[in-house]
Amino acid sequence: MGYIIGKNIVRKEAFNKVTGTAKYTDDFITTGIYHAELLISPYAHAKIINIDIFEAVSSTGVKTIITGSDINVLCGPLLDDMPPLAKEKVRYHGEPVAMVVADCEQNAKAAVAKINVQYQPLQVVNSVLNALKENTVIIHENLQQYKKNVPDVYPEANSNICSHVKIRKGDQQKGWQDSEIIVESSFTLPQSDHAAMETRTAQCEILPNGRVIISSSTQAPFSVKEQINKTFQVPIGVIDVNVFFVGGGFGGKVPVQLEILAYIASKAVDGHAVKIVNNREKDMITSPGKIGLEANMKIGAKKNGKIMAAEMHFNVDCGGYAEIGPRIAKAIAVDCAGPYNIENISCDVLCVYTNHPVATSFRGFGHTSQAFCIERMLDKLAAALNIDPLEIRMINALVEGNYSPTQVKITLSNTGNFGECLNKLKTLINWDEGQRIEENNNLVRAKGIGCFIKTSDSPTNAISGVLLTFNSDGSINLNCGVVEIGPGMKTTAAQILAEKMKMDIGRIHVKMEVDTQTSPVHWKTVASMTTYMVGRAVLSAAEDLIRQLLNAAATVFKCAPEDLEVADEKVFLKTDLQTYLTLKDIVHGYQYQNGNSVVGQIMGRGSFIMNQLTFLDKETGLGKAGPYWTVGAQAVEIEFDTQQHTYRILKAATVVDAGKVLNPKTVKGVLMGGMCMGLGLGTSESFIYDTEGIVQNTSFRTYKMMRYGENPDYLIDFVETPQIDAPYGSRGLAEHGIIGIPAALANAISVAAHVDIINLPITPEQIWRLKAGVQV
Amino acid sequence: MLAFSEKSIVKLNVNGENVTVMINPSYTLLHVLREELGLTGTKPGCENGDCGACTVLVDGWPIKSCLMLAAEAIGHQIVTVEGLKNAPIQKSFVENWGFQCGYCTSGFLMVCHALKNIHPDANDFVIEQWLQSNLCRCTGYGEIKNAVKAVLENRI
Ligand code: FES
Ligand code: FES
Repeated sequence: MGYIIGKNIVRKEAFNKVTGTAKYTDDFITTGIYHAELLISPYAHAKIINIDIFEAVSSTGVKTIITGSDINVLCGPLLDDMPPLAKEKVRYHGEPVAMVVADCEQNAKAAVAKINVQYQPLQVVNSVLNALKENTVIIHENLQQYKKNVPDVYPEANSNICSHVKIRKGDQQKGWQDSEIIVESSFTLPQSDHAAMETRTAQCEILPNGRVIISSSTQAPFSVKEQINKTFQVPIGVIDVNVFFVGGGFGGKVPVQLEILAYIASKAVDGHAVKIVNNREKDMITSPGKIGLEANMKIGAKKNGKIMAAEMHFNVDCGGYAEIGPRIAKAIAVDCAGPYNIENISCDVLCVYTNHPVATSFRGFGHTSQAFCIERMLDKLAAALNIDPLEIRMINALVEGNYSPTQVKITLSNTGNFGECLNKLKTLINWDEGQRIEENNNLVRAKGIGCFIKTSDSPTNAISGVLLTFNSDGSINLNCGVVEIGPGMKTTAAQILAEKMKMDIGRIHVKMEVDTQTSPVHWKTVASMTTYMVGRAVLSAAEDLIRQLLNAAATVFKCAPEDLEVADEKVFLKTDLQTYLTLKDIVHGYQYQNGNSVVGQIMGRGSFIMNQLTFLDKETGLGKAGPYWTVGAQAVEIEFDTQQHTYRILKAATVVDAGKVLNPKTVKGVLMGGMCMGLGLGTSESFIYDTEGIVQNTSFRTYKMMRYGENPDYLIDFVETPQIDAPYGSRGLAEHGIIGIPAALANAISVAAHVDIINLPITPEQIWRLKAGVQV
Repeated sequence: MLAFSEKSIVKLNVNGENVTVMINPSYTLLHVLREELGLTGTKPGCENGDCGACTVLVDGWPIKSCLMLAAEAIGHQIVTVEGLKNAPIQKSFVENWGFQCGYCTSGFLMVCHALKNIHPDANDFVIEQWLQSNLCRCTGYGEIKNAVKAVLENRI
């Protein structure tokens, strides 16, 4: 091991990205393409009384106008609850109501402005709390009639609950009896946005021979195929989805929304090519964002800090439609205890409809919100018992032989070494100097910790695949269905292949685009599962190649394949390294001197499917949701001004058990990006609604994200406990940088300002209100 | 003052070449660069002046091309990312892992390139003032800092 693993490999497309030549979906300028433009709802909840398109239809350049009444389908990944264009009523601010297709963007926009919609406003469900009240307004009257696309989603009749996930582990009664101290708290975390720099976009053309050609900025091209197939009964084989570079995803480009609209638009204009591009405002509210969360937590412990019982209620604000919300609810339940061993757990996670924008997967898949709650609880418990916050985490740290909330046995291989992460964090952040240090000029320097554990919640049968072909010079083409959204997965796949083939990575050519007609299926580029899934497929494809290469060379050398070995693009005789065939002489068939030829073209196939995963038991949660966990410990150090209630972020630190670090600079980059985004959630990012559920901050001028210079110094360290079934022992690692950071920030500020932070984002105003006891 | 309302033919100077394009008076420079000239390295991120993804150089200064009308660019020298041609900042971004998805990259490159030309001695404060005009959602800005400093300190 160690041929190329562990080295800093520059991403394959690097020079294309610094010259402006790397192409993203909307960079293919096609003359004659039609533009679709959406009219969106200005209300969060309203009846549509009438849509008057009379004037708009005759507007210059308009080809057609489509409204909800023209389309008789409902869609959604889990529950078919969403019309592509609102029908009869709107359920969130920003919901698409009508779509104009015109010859150019300007004309489409002009026509949209001429559509007249009459609404009758309905009472708005503006929070989860309201959604769950008795006799509240019901957002989906026909909830029970919706078709389920998966067995494990559980809508509750006459309510706003679209699913309910339960964890029942151990003996609650005993847990509480054994507890000597009980800590309780509630938390409220807002919805927010992915804000990938490239807004979502899709194009569709339906050819006369029936083929449906879609290009899209999606993380999940194969889901696009499935959804179009399922929603419109188009044979799945005729749907072709093309994906180029994607300008950041963070989970926001998993939902299939614009692709469906582009298909409807193209269909309505006899298959002509149509494109639809979100402007920033629509990207923020019309397309899905991040969940909100309300939680009530209760933890019981011994005086020595050992947690004995936990009762948790999480209510996920999934907005107007379910989207993937029920899966996020499941993910929160599966890892509800954090990286801690809690024997007795009762946890209920509800996925709740509100009249907020729809939520979907977001970096961390619910774990950032869940970690905020459990990590604040740990600090509260530590304070109540006068135990050091790092120490209390050590006391409760998950170790080999413990059981997860869904009662999967923890091993070093399937989880890693959390205690060691804490140890390293202690040094990295200089914890021993003290958690709160008073300095001059009313300044206080303080640190807070936030930890994480995360598994994926993929379908139990998620698959990946790899195809390898040779060029005549012996270099390899690698084709897989993974989308290059930023973290460099295509390069990682090449690196794993180079290691296995013992060859120069420069001689491995990766197909950057995904074309679902020719790329092997890869479930979705999500969940930090790519390296694991496609990596395993790469290894199996490489083994397939090697087996064929050995057989071919054995034929030529008249020896047994076992006597041969592949390295440096040669097949060697093990006993005589001077005797070899170069790959280029056999990969397209071997030709003897007299012209006779044998073997033929060598091609490699590799495939992977999740194994041993199960559905969770409806009543107890018992079951296995993901193949492994990744654990880590994080910290934030701030400087707080006790007079102004302002603060600066000095440091953000992460220690993660990576199993094996494949490409250090790339992994660190992804972790730093995650930390930065976590600080955004901690300091400023949130949707702000008025009393009628209208989002007030739909531009980057009002929705504040971290900018250059506001970022802290980043500290990163790794623990490497190999994961036995992963490529070169490397555990999935991508989203994790974000997960514990908002919690760590809240813990630091709580200590610095002597306040109890239970909401995000943490603004100086919020701190002042807490200190002064002033309500909003 | 220029005044026109119908589509007109205008001359622009882009990446050192004179080009002739037909434009509507309402077209932004961003639109013309991408849709009329095919220079798609310049990206729309917000079309509202908030993200900097669309940054180009106008007479050497970084300007958000979504906020400038193409008509206003007449008579000025426009440089886009396609016109950088092996500038040290490009290499520096590669060597310092200054991007992931790459969507914000053109804009950052243009700002950094202009900074190096205009303020070769820029200190951290000046760098910050300049680079706060742009947003990156993938990196944590640490690598971008390393990349721009390497160029300012002539280490590339
Ligand atoms: S697109 Fe011009 S600043 Fe965002
Ligand atoms: S690299 Fe993706 S936004 Fe900057």
